[in-house]
Amino acid sequence: MIEYLKDSDFLVLLLKIVVIFGGVMGVLAYLTWLERKVIARVQMRPGPTRVGPFGLLQPIADGLKFLFKEDVIPTNANTFLYVAAPVVSLIPALLSFSVIPFGPSLQVTDLGVGLLFIFAITSLGVYGIVLGGWSSNSKYPLMGAMRASAQMISYELSLTLSVVGVLLIANTLSLAQLVVAQQRTWLGFIPRWNIFLRPIAFLVYVISAVAETNRLPFDLAESEQELVAGGHAEYSSLKFAMFMLAEYANMVTVSALAAIMFLGGWGGPAFGPGWLQAALPTVWFLLKVSVFIFFYVLMRATVPRFRYDQLMKFGWKFLLPLSLANIVLTSLIVAIAAS
Amino acid sequence: MIQTLFFFFAAIAVGAAINVLVQKHVLYSALSLILMLTAVSVLFILLRADFLAVMQVIVYAGAIMVLFVFVIMLLNLPQDEDGADRLRWLKFIGIPLGLFFLFLVVATLWNVESSVDTRSGISGSPLAIGRSLFTDFLLPFEATSLLILIALMGAVVFAKKDL
Repeated sequence: MIEYLKDSDFLVLLLKIVVIFGGVMGVLAYLTWLERKVIARVQMRPGPTRVGPFGLLQPIADGLKFLFKEDVIPTNANTFLYVAAPVVSLIPALLSFSVIPFGPSLQVTDLGVGLLFIFAITSLGVYGIVLGGWSSNSKYPLMGAMRASAQMISYELSLTLSVVGVLLIANTLSLAQLVVAQQRTWLGFIPRWNIFLRPIAFLVYVISAVAETNRLPFDLAESEQELVAGGHAEYSSLKFAMFMLAEYANMVTVSALAAIMFLGGWGGPAFGPGWLQAALPTVWFLLKVSVFIFFYVLMRATVPRFRYDQLMKFGWKFLLPLSLANIVLTSLIVAIAAS
Repeated sequence: MIQTLFFFFAAIAVGAAINVLVQKHVLYSALSLILMLTAVSVLFILLRADFLAVMQVIVYAGAIMVLFVFVIMLLNLPQDEDGADRLRWLKFIGIPLGLFFLFLVVATLWNVESSVDTRSGISGSPLAIGRSLFTDFLLPFEATSLLILIALMGAVVFAKKDL
């Protein structure tokens, strides 16, 4: 981490940051388009079609609309925290992209504790919702904030514990090495991905990741039928856009983590001329990530929302014991295999 | 460069720590504490103890302080508490205890081995920490986990009373 400050290849680092950050921002904008399109098709509607071909310019139109909306700050709101909350929720969401390996060399920095770094950073994101809800000084946002914090604390446990099994096998916390550890194959063609070794951990991870990002069917924090829009009901204009951006960024982060930990990251067949071989790992990685994102969107379109007590019961009485049992099982297998 | 970063984040940590005590509203105190903990974790990174830094954020800033903030918001405490008068006698215990703690910190700093090489970053790796926890410091480690277990059971007993 520190050696980068001294290195002469500062320019390369800067270029990587620009490419990754720019790419991520573009993807986040088009995720809104993708989500609207997919949900529309599930509900037998055409979705956005007016702005550009297939509504492809819709994200730009949305962005401009956000920009020109009036920026309202409620009279009784705590102004400082009200303004700070969207920033607090967006910065951690974007910061986690700095350790995600998009390809063998397309990674801003490979921390030795990269996985824990992402968990640490995303656990700070909850303050954005909580502060936003509290500082709005209004009942629905407050209730949304309460729910969000309770839910995120509960599901963070099973999310983190589900990863322990993978770590026991891979023996590393670095995301780049996690990917490298999964590059071998069985019988020459079945990839040695962790999803085959740890199916229970994968299941627990995917479920708690949905809850952790406050998406349907676990979007109790903003359930629009009960709480208007929950934590950010009072927000408008670019501040609201920042909350949405943070939500989508978190969605991409947990999807990318799932691809890295369970589906072998950028691993995949590399063929063709040199430039293609260099680009293919990133393509495989993005494909794997988009599978998860597509799954997320389909979930939102098809599964009804949980009730609050169901959500808590499910998290504490089913997912947590399951992930604990999985850790015990994995440790036993690893110990037996080692001896 | 590292020195500049150190002074910058050390200043934030000290400023935030003072702000915890100065603020009237409990929520601002809690938020300053979060800022302080995060700034200290940056200092850990500068010492090449990445694991410790990340753990500091996960455990304190990400989990414990969320609960603090959660409770403060749920109770929505008034700006000035009436209960402050009733707790006046606490300073007779608090000042000696604080002085004792200061003595402990100074004594520890005085006796600490300065030979630990932080430049290589090996002493702060998860491997090294795990190894020393399960060999040299096994007894304190087990004692701490027992303490946490007791606290856990205590919490369950308190919660059960209301059910």
